[in-house]
Amino acid sequence: MADYNEETYNTVADIIAEVSSIDRESISPDAHAINDLGIDSLDFLDVTFEIDKRFGIKMPVEQWMEDVNEGRADAEEFFVMKNLVTRIDELVAAKA
Amino acid sequence: MILEYFQLVDRVIEIDRETGRVRCAARVPDTSTIFEGHFPGHPLMPGTLLVESMAQTSGYLLLSMQDFERLPFLIQIEKAKIRTFVEPGTDLTVEGELVHEGSGFAVTRASVKSTQDEQKIAEAELRFRTMPFPTDDLRATVRAHAASVGVR
Repeated sequence: MADYNEETYNTVADIIAEVSSIDRESISPDAHAINDLGIDSLDFLDVTFEIDKRFGIKMPVEQWMEDVNEGRADAEEFFVMKNLVTRIDELVAAKA
Repeated sequence: MILEYFQLVDRVIEIDRETGRVRCAARVPDTSTIFEGHFPGHPLMPGTLLVESMAQTSGYLLLSMQDFERLPFLIQIEKAKIRTFVEPGTDLTVEGELVHEGSGFAVTRASVKSTQDEQKIAEAELRFRTMPFPTDDLRATVRAHAASVGVR
């Protein structure tokens, strides 16, 4: 069994494929959204907007970037697909 | 409007921070060097400047809602439509509403209509990156300018 929510993963992968014109088959749970999939900052903003809307959350991307830039976290914790999915599920759970 | 200074909005008529809505007045000037080229003998307000009027209107809304803590930069124009010609001397009403406020970005929907007969002129969905002001001086300057057009 996967250590992430497959339903959330599929939704996020669909959004990335559609918004960033990336082949859906090239997206995997271990792919890094920026390093491996090559999503640039403007496309990532579109992805964030779609995820925010779809899940009714506000992904704290600025805070994540600050944590990465100041050495408090590794980028992989937020931007590897399966970890991103877990962060999204945590935000959805916190909202409930 | 003072086109040469890229001021596309004359006055903020109303800002509702609760509902995230703004309404502005903007009068296309009777004369401008821009009309000498666009087009010779047939002056028309450029469509790109109508989009800019919607961006500035949305910008005032975002500045107000974020208490002048962040400066919005236009980064994306979606579903823009320019429906009709606009001639010099036309009074415009430009409106905007916040669609989504994300982490470091915001999305608005904006429109331009004729003040006289409310005819739809243009509309677009606009996306902005919002960032802390690079300097306190710029923040003070933007705040003073916004106040001069009616942003409180």
